[in-house]
Amino acid sequence: MKIHEYQAKEILARYGLPVVAGKVADSPETVYQIAKAMGKPVVVKAQVHVGGRGKAGGIQLANTPDEARTAALRLLGQPLKGLIVEKVLVEEQIRVERELYLGITVDRQHKQNVLLLSAEGGVEIEELAVTKPEAIGKLYIDPIKFLSEAEVDALLKQRDIPDIEHLKKIIFQLEKVYRDLDAELAEINPLAWTASHTYNVLDAKINIDDNALFRQPGMAVYREESETDAIEREAHRRKVAYVRLDGEVGIIGNGAGLVMGTMDEVSHAGGRPANFLDIGGGAKADAVKNALEIILMDSQVKGVFLNIFGGITRCDEVAKGIIAASQAIHIQVPIVIRLTGTRAEEGRTLLSGTRLIPVQSMQQGAQKIVELTGGRK
Amino acid sequence: MGILADRDTKVIVQGMTGREGSFHTEQMLVYGTKVVGGVTPGKKGESVCGVPVFNTVKEAVSETQATASVIFVPARFAKEAICEAVEGGIKLILCITEGVPVQDMIYVIHVVKSKGVRLIGPNCPGIATAGETKLGIIPGSIFLRGNVGLASRSGTLTYEIVNGLTQAGLGQSTCAGLGGDPIIGTQFIDILPLFERDPQTEVIILIGEIGGTAEEEAAFYIKKMSKPIIGFISGRTAPRGKRMGHAGAIISGGQGTAESKVKAWQESGVFVAETTNEIPLLVKEALKKANHSKEVRK
Repeated sequence: MKIHEYQAKEILARYGLPVVAGKVADSPETVYQIAKAMGKPVVVKAQVHVGGRGKAGGIQLANTPDEARTAALRLLGQPLKGLIVEKVLVEEQIRVERELYLGITVDRQHKQNVLLLSAEGGVEIEELAVTKPEAIGKLYIDPIKFLSEAEVDALLKQRDIPDIEHLKKIIFQLEKVYRDLDAELAEINPLAWTASHTYNVLDAKINIDDNALFRQPGMAVYREESETDAIEREAHRRKVAYVRLDGEVGIIGNGAGLVMGTMDEVSHAGGRPANFLDIGGGAKADAVKNALEIILMDSQVKGVFLNIFGGITRCDEVAKGIIAASQAIHIQVPIVIRLTGTRAEEGRTLLSGTRLIPVQSMQQGAQKIVELTGGRK
Repeated sequence: MGILADRDTKVIVQGMTGREGSFHTEQMLVYGTKVVGGVTPGKKGESVCGVPVFNTVKEAVSETQATASVIFVPARFAKEAICEAVEGGIKLILCITEGVPVQDMIYVIHVVKSKGVRLIGPNCPGIATAGETKLGIIPGSIFLRGNVGLASRSGTLTYEIVNGLTQAGLGQSTCAGLGGDPIIGTQFIDILPLFERDPQTEVIILIGEIGGTAEEEAAFYIKKMSKPIIGFISGRTAPRGKRMGHAGAIISGGQGTAESKVKAWQESGVFVAETTNEIPLLVKEALKKANHSKEVRK
């Protein structure tokens, strides 16, 4: 789960990290008031989950409250790289002497947490990793003993970095945030060394491990806001694993791999998937009904392909769910269905006489649904 | 004889008395797996399908001499369950449980490594040695004994592919479902040497997925292998930054794209299938070539 910059900064401030004074707002008028109260030049920053926000115009400088209001008008309610800006963060402008990068994340190959530090911050770290890998210092974090003072010292002393003592405190506090919150990423970029020679968190990103949310009750308040799409929000409420995409072919399957495989197959046949939806293993009729209803909320969907490989999932349960859904809502688009495996025969019998279009294989289904939804583009 | 388990491997099931645990215990027994015990704290004396339940792994192991464990406990208890299996002397652990926190896995990996235990999963369907045994939730009915080895990051897509092989008359040796999480116990690179050494396996299928760099890492080892490899990458059409169900299946920061994986594999000599129904055809070709070169050597 991604949380917004202002939320990440709230958390970092609570852990004693040096965060710029700022306030979040959702209207130009509030932005004006905040800037006026600050009485200083401000920066107005769009709160959306996109990379390269600055380059896309999502960060604007304002010297007066009026300019701040104008900046907010330009950002609020407008799309930034496809996402609507609902909130902006208004912060005091900081004069920066140099920028560093500091982050902790999971290294999948090493199967460990890793601390990343670079004396050259500000840019996308992935970019730096490609163009200048030697500029990034890496420290793998011991899973039992965590970060040691000696290791951090060694990492910092290799580099030309000011006020090492203060930076050390920041590093250890960031690691504490990372562990306490079950984060997958805690990143300060840039970490500014200001003109008044002190450290300041200019931008921050924290991603929380979805699998750990059960033991992170404090994250519930952020959860709601992390889902910007209305259908995705409804899917989450109904506990349906759904991701909205921008095509016209609705896709339902059991198991994430099979769903992805089905999406690929539909694309291969010339169609564009409208979503990812996994009903999971052993889904009951109710889950299938929910799945179908969620998909059909998207008005772009011109047809649905259900691809079920019954293992623990029983095909007759899936069939019952489809029938229940078609009784509850008026389905106006064609539905192609492939049932195979556990109780496939019973499932097909239940569906005979309905308007559903049965197919034998994943390939056949993909071709059929693409043909029915407008063919190859 | 499979690369990880065979018909004589004695298996316990942690979380046996739960809904999933009991259902799959039955399925495994039907397939012929030697399920010799179950573990659910506080349920000692009960039984599932005639298999006795114990309170602890230690007890179960000393009573049954089991060497493998299949774990079905809820995600929040998975870390403890895996550590208990290690402490109890289990050598092969399959964690079927989905939704285990990443930080728990980082700790667990440290534990299994230090004790020399093989962990597969979490969030995996388990393994099957065709015609001998299956540990986990892969439907037994799809297998045919033969010489194709499979390793996969996916679950149901693997069933689809195995089913396609069986229908094409291409039997399997071992099928290993490695799991869809960012941190997993066993990756392609760990499983490939086992297939390379396995006399039964003649051709290997790797089913990869977007996210992470497991496929790219494996490419280095593949270059040194003698057996032909067929590859498939799922999630080719998934957009960046969106997590596709599996916690590991996300393209972030330019890493983990399907293109990068396909390229790495092709460069190391893997025959990469465009679609799943191409896989049996590529396997047949690879087998033909392998047999041909064998005859030439004769």
